[in-house]
Amino acid sequence: MTHLLEAKSLDAFYGDFQALFGVEFHVDQGESVALIGANGAGKTTFLKVLTGLLPVPGQSLSLEGVDLTALRIHQIAARGIAMSPEGRRLFPSLSVRENLQIGASVKRPGPWSLETVEKLFPILAEKANTPSTLLSGGQQQMVAIGRALMANPKLLLLDEVSLGLAPVIVRDIYETLPMIREQGTSVILVEQDIGQAVAVSDRLYCLQEGRISLEGKSSELGRDEISAAYFGRAREAS
Amino acid sequence: MEWVNAIVQGILLGGLYALFAAGLSLMFGIMRFVNLAHGDFIVAAAFGTLLFVDATGVNPLWALLPIVPIMMAAGYVGQRLVLNRLSGKDILPSILVTFGLSIILQNLMLEQFSADSQRVSAGALDTSAISLGGGLTVGTVPFLLFLSAIGVIAVLNWIFAKTAIGRQLRATSDDPETVGLMGLDKRHLFGIAMALASAVVAVAGVLLAIKTNFDPAAGPIRLLFAFEAVIIGGLGSLWGTLLGGVILGVAQGLGAQIDPGMQILAGHIVFLVILVLRPQGLFPTKRGS
Repeated sequence: MTHLLEAKSLDAFYGDFQALFGVEFHVDQGESVALIGANGAGKTTFLKVLTGLLPVPGQSLSLEGVDLTALRIHQIAARGIAMSPEGRRLFPSLSVRENLQIGASVKRPGPWSLETVEKLFPILAEKANTPSTLLSGGQQQMVAIGRALMANPKLLLLDEVSLGLAPVIVRDIYETLPMIREQGTSVILVEQDIGQAVAVSDRLYCLQEGRISLEGKSSELGRDEISAAYFGRAREAS
Repeated sequence: MEWVNAIVQGILLGGLYALFAAGLSLMFGIMRFVNLAHGDFIVAAAFGTLLFVDATGVNPLWALLPIVPIMMAAGYVGQRLVLNRLSGKDILPSILVTFGLSIILQNLMLEQFSADSQRVSAGALDTSAISLGGGLTVGTVPFLLFLSAIGVIAVLNWIFAKTAIGRQLRATSDDPETVGLMGLDKRHLFGIAMALASAVVAVAGVLLAIKTNFDPAAGPIRLLFAFEAVIIGGLGSLWGTLLGGVILGVAQGLGAQIDPGMQILAGHIVFLVILVLRPQGLFPTKRGS
């Protein structure tokens, strides 16, 4: 069976600087996969590669068997990869509703529409005409996720959802994840909070200095094993 | 009364400046792109009007029908083929290339039409006037010009506020990288923005041809007035640009009233004063983060 998304021995560079080394990664239909790692481990770089923001010509990266490396950012989005980027990156000149509407620009059919997204995050209907800059951090995060859902993606990338948010807000947001997955959407989430990442994912990858240092079922990995891979003690020991 | 008249004529002149400036404001607002050939594009559209009228003999306002779509298509294609290659963090390449374009255009027009000053006649419209009462009269052409400036800016604002393409253009102006994540092709959107700006250039060119004399070297001075109107009004606000044009026009009108030689200088002085007192312009776009 082909995976929904598959990267084989993937390298990525910023100019001469190599940020990812031989990354083996896959996501299956309906799966939730967490990507953890310390700052600078290459998590955000990996998501940039998946969305086409960082081109990786000649590498092996495919979505449903289709080579992504030859496509431009907007073509990858049209094929069904949507991202809620780190720092949210909402459009400040647009209202909350307009931010959501622009997410639907790819015109992919599916369960998500203005109506269903506003049902998932009711506060967004209430604040529909508010400029996105006047929202709280948590509400902005909801707009960013809602905007990505509007594209009816096959694969949703969530980059640092919890960054700068109060724990109670983070919990609220992650509580919507099962509803999103019910629609058949696969999720890759990048998370600093390991406990959170383990709790909401089926499988987990740990990146360390641009290499995959651990991979496995989230429920079967021990805390020690994860923190060893996270901080690199496993490699020093071997 | 003479002074009131000078102000009224200045306001109407401001409409022309606002038309020159609206396209410039749009290009900078969406693409962060300074087009030094903007004035020459307008003069080129004016020469297009001349060719059209010479060939058909109809009222020059009809020239809008072919020239607006031609300029829009040329704008889109030019953006995709040439200018998109320059878009990036550095503003210098676009300045150099459009400076070159400006020189090329001026010389092509010189080659084709000679250095003679040209004028397109709109027939009876040229000399007709509207009485405002109290001894004030305004020329029909300047009055129509002012109305079209308001019309053009109202239409542009409507496009930006209400249509999907307008929403996409505002988003592109905010963050061209993230727009790609929404499945939108930045290169295409830049082309659309250039096509819109070129439509305004076409309208400005046709009306310039009717309103006043022009020659192949007339572009840079138009560009200067357009820049001043944009800066006075504040970057990113089209109504601000209209007001900027009007302030510039009134300053020139009053300057000319004091001494005919003062006309252009008075406009520049007012621009300078505003630049010193309020460098962000009168209505800068508020941008949160």
